[in-house]
Amino acid sequence: MDINGLFSNFGELTTTGLTQGAIYALVALGYTLVYGVLRLINFAHSEVFITGAFFAVWTWQFVWGLNQDSTAGGLVAVAYLVSAMLVAAVASAVVASAVEVVAYRPLRKRNAPPLAFLITAIGASIVLSEAYAILTRRRPTGMPTLVSTEPLFHIGGVPISAADLLIVSAALVMMIVLDIFINRSRIGRGIRAVAQDANTAALMGINKDRIILLVFLTGGLMAGIAGVLFNVRIGVLTYSVGFLMGIKAFTAAVLGGIGNLRGALLGGLLLGVTENYASGLFGTNWKDFTAFAVLVVLLMFRPTGLLGESLRGVRA
Amino acid sequence: MTALVARIRAGREAIGVRWRQAPRWTRWTVIAAIIAFFYALPNKEFYQYLGPIPTTGSNFGQVLFTISIYVLLAVGLNIVVGYAGLLDLGYFGFFAVGAYTVAVLTSPASDLKTQWPWLMALPVALVVAMISGVLLGMPTLRLRGDYLAIVTLGFAEMIRLAATSSEFLKGQRGFNQIPHPPGRYADGRPVFGVLDPRPYYWLVLTLIILVLIAVRNLSNSRVGRAWVAIREDEDAAQLMGVPTFKFKLWAFAAGAVIGGLAGALFAGKQNFVNSQNFELLNSIIILAAVIFGGSGNLVGAIVGGGLVAYLIERFRGVELFGWELYEFRFMFFGAVLIIMMIFRPQGLIPNRRRAAEFADRRREVTVGQ
Amino acid sequence: MRQKLARVLGGVAMLALVASTAACGGGGDDAAEGDSCGYKIAFFGALTGSSAALGINENNGVKLAVEQYNKENADCKVELVSLDSQGSPDQAPQLAQQAIDDEKILGVVGPAFSGESEAANPLFAEAGLVHITASATRPSLAEQGWKTFFRVVGNDLSQGPAAGIYIRDVLKADRVFVIDDQSAYGAGLADEVKKVLGSAVVGTDKIQGEGKQADFSATVTKVKNANVKAIFFGGYYQEAGLLRKQLTAAGVTAVMVGGDGVNDPAFIESAGQAAAEGTVITCACAPATEARGTFVEDYKALHGVEPGTYSDTAYDAATILLSGIKQGVKTREAMLEYVRNYNGQGVAANYRFTENGEMDPAEVRVWAYKVKDGKVVPDQEIPKA
Repeated sequence: MDINGLFSNFGELTTTGLTQGAIYALVALGYTLVYGVLRLINFAHSEVFITGAFFAVWTWQFVWGLNQDSTAGGLVAVAYLVSAMLVAAVASAVVASAVEVVAYRPLRKRNAPPLAFLITAIGASIVLSEAYAILTRRRPTGMPTLVSTEPLFHIGGVPISAADLLIVSAALVMMIVLDIFINRSRIGRGIRAVAQDANTAALMGINKDRIILLVFLTGGLMAGIAGVLFNVRIGVLTYSVGFLMGIKAFTAAVLGGIGNLRGALLGGLLLGVTENYASGLFGTNWKDFTAFAVLVVLLMFRPTGLLGESLRGVRA
Repeated sequence: MTALVARIRAGREAIGVRWRQAPRWTRWTVIAAIIAFFYALPNKEFYQYLGPIPTTGSNFGQVLFTISIYVLLAVGLNIVVGYAGLLDLGYFGFFAVGAYTVAVLTSPASDLKTQWPWLMALPVALVVAMISGVLLGMPTLRLRGDYLAIVTLGFAEMIRLAATSSEFLKGQRGFNQIPHPPGRYADGRPVFGVLDPRPYYWLVLTLIILVLIAVRNLSNSRVGRAWVAIREDEDAAQLMGVPTFKFKLWAFAAGAVIGGLAGALFAGKQNFVNSQNFELLNSIIILAAVIFGGSGNLVGAIVGGGLVAYLIERFRGVELFGWELYEFRFMFFGAVLIIMMIFRPQGLIPNRRRAAEFADRRREVTVGQ
Repeated sequence: MRQKLARVLGGVAMLALVASTAACGGGGDDAAEGDSCGYKIAFFGALTGSSAALGINENNGVKLAVEQYNKENADCKVELVSLDSQGSPDQAPQLAQQAIDDEKILGVVGPAFSGESEAANPLFAEAGLVHITASATRPSLAEQGWKTFFRVVGNDLSQGPAAGIYIRDVLKADRVFVIDDQSAYGAGLADEVKKVLGSAVVGTDKIQGEGKQADFSATVTKVKNANVKAIFFGGYYQEAGLLRKQLTAAGVTAVMVGGDGVNDPAFIESAGQAAAEGTVITCACAPATEARGTFVEDYKALHGVEPGTYSDTAYDAATILLSGIKQGVKTREAMLEYVRNYNGQGVAANYRFTENGEMDPAEVRVWAYKVKDGKVVPDQEIPKA
């Protein structure tokens, strides 16, 4: 146990943990939305995230002709980022919807038991992840540097860079937008209705299938943007990072309270920071172990998480 | 098209009916012939006549051993997933426990320096696997469905990570020179040598038969009936007085022992065990095998396990449009999972009861779905 | 009652078959009578999958050797059988058996990686099939009593200390951070480096390898605050690229030193040329471009690219086997004898094997390479102490 490792680096471990956690939060939103409405753990969401990340890289590579050695700044960089975010969000949303239509909807029509959904989800996740593996020949892809990682300013001696600010604020903004959408708009009401009682909502005239598709689409959008931010932060993309990101995002969702949007944000940030503290204490090789341990302990002792559920409202 | 499908289905049902109606001795002769076939299979003199079936990319005898291990694992997972209806995504962890126990007790590289012979380590491995099954089950079996699956996945990954990072378990460096099962021929050569995979294969085959007999007995007993009740409707079962928790734990423990057995056998042949052997993807492949073959059904599990393992190896060295088919094997199995779940969730060789369950559910589809 | 019948039947069937196969005399008797031609050598390593770059390099080197041999001996050609193990120990025994079953294969170049060697070598040893590895550097491989084991590179025990010496004497770094990926290879190297550097190591960390971890922010934070002059990374190119990129992004400019596992174009591609510039990579091999004779030109002519890491050592391993065949070796036992007593010159070094199959220690040379302008170029040979 390296106590010194934790305390001497505490500030930076916290800020980098928060940044990392913000990305978890964005992906967690997808898990929590789908679970809140369908009671389904969308295993394939991890690959929806990776789709966004890959499409962002490919946008930079093939549309803008950038490669791992390019740098850009100012307005040009903003243009690159925004274009990548648009493409990534759309690609992820499309893949998420495809998974719903091809894999989940037929099962719903057949009233399949919940186990069947989980197995299909695993199958979908593997198919997508292997597709990317084969496309990239299992080798990593480098990114252009678009957002500066130079420290912009310091808080208490800890440097904060433009990249950090971008990621955390993007996550916050997305969450607020989603919150408003779910709680204030008509469609949002529809989603909450389906989450509470699908059949009654159908009887009330809500098109269940369309709402469900919308939920997947929204989750996909979030994941796509998360993919771009991941690229900005990590700088290198390999096909295999989807699975771990999925598990951690799911842990974050459960930590905050699955079915609870604000919980997803809270859970994500908390998980990111906890992982980093554990890395400081025990070594980075224990980082993933920590995430799994948090997941397992949570599910065993407090599956409702910190904030409980919110999408359904009061639990029946 | 539908006429053809109907005829196939009628034909299959007819076979099923004939089988059940046939006198005892015909059934046993057929089974004996099948068993004899599998014992004879790894001999080159025999399988060279089987045309495209033997694998070309790697030695068929060795592949048969791998297949037999997968079949054993599928039978074990079938108890957990198929009989008791508990989705365990970390089943391969029990395999790891069995293999590592053997490794730690027998390898000269181990810190324990006990260096037992393989046969002595085997029962210990089984007991440790069973204990780990109970330990895993006790806190988690209270959870339902999805959550149980994720927790088991979490545990499996934690074990793998701990094995990689722990000094005692030697991570990737692993344990080497694990001794082989005992036995010598008349001329002093060891039966379980390094080159000839056949004794290992026959050993696993024999054990599979023994396990099958045991499992068959189990599923026809009180325990088996409790499992069916739990799988169909746990709340109703509890109301009827079935101690569901105890029997779920039984399922876990039984599955764990079989997994541990497979791991110990693997270690005894492979001679080298490290953390790279225990990837999560393997658990998922076994799951795919059970689902594919037909969960809840012994024959289905065997067929599923055998087919999946065989197909993976058969893909090796085969090229299609310039692509190595072997690269696509995981993708293929992922697609299999999706397709099976939609079109034939009861698997290739369905358990009649399971098929009925699914049909019932389809009829229950309500408004708006 | 039913169980009894089943057991009896099964037992009878089993006995019958065991008896019959025992009568057949067990498997694996190769009576290799010879027509004196149509012999083969095999290459065993990763040709697909994430570790394929090194395997492909080696396979190319072996191909070149075989091509040249066949040109000179057109009446009696040798065939190359390439076995793709994907670097995984799980599949190694099956592939090894495949090579063993083919009686015309007189020798194997490989296995390329240490993990698969652990699984495959016992089979080769039992079958008496010579295997010369051009890249598996785990020291313990030579100590398991495999008579058929030979190595044409220095093992990690020579590379690790050399890396440490380079950091200490050439970089003159008095503050070093050591990271490894917990693999047998990476951790092995890191341990040797730590031994050499002693108290100069001000911080250590371990990460997960095999593409499992992407976010190394905790490690980067520790390195940054440790204020070091040099970083040693024991591991492979995937994590090295990620680490290097994230370190540079955080403002850490200290030189990174890595072992030969980092030597892959993907390292530079992932980290980006700017970040990768100046990285030092060690290898218990002389630069392939310094290979003697016309090796470099011939390789380029055949494959269209410059020879990569280990292609020269693989070439030499193949040459040893081929020269044996030229000398009239027709059986595996004879090949084993031949290689045992071999003493000759290759393009990468001179070869004479010790009792354990290791290279003559006097011949082992460790070189340091640098990343310059997006390419890995030789820097200097590292002195022994």
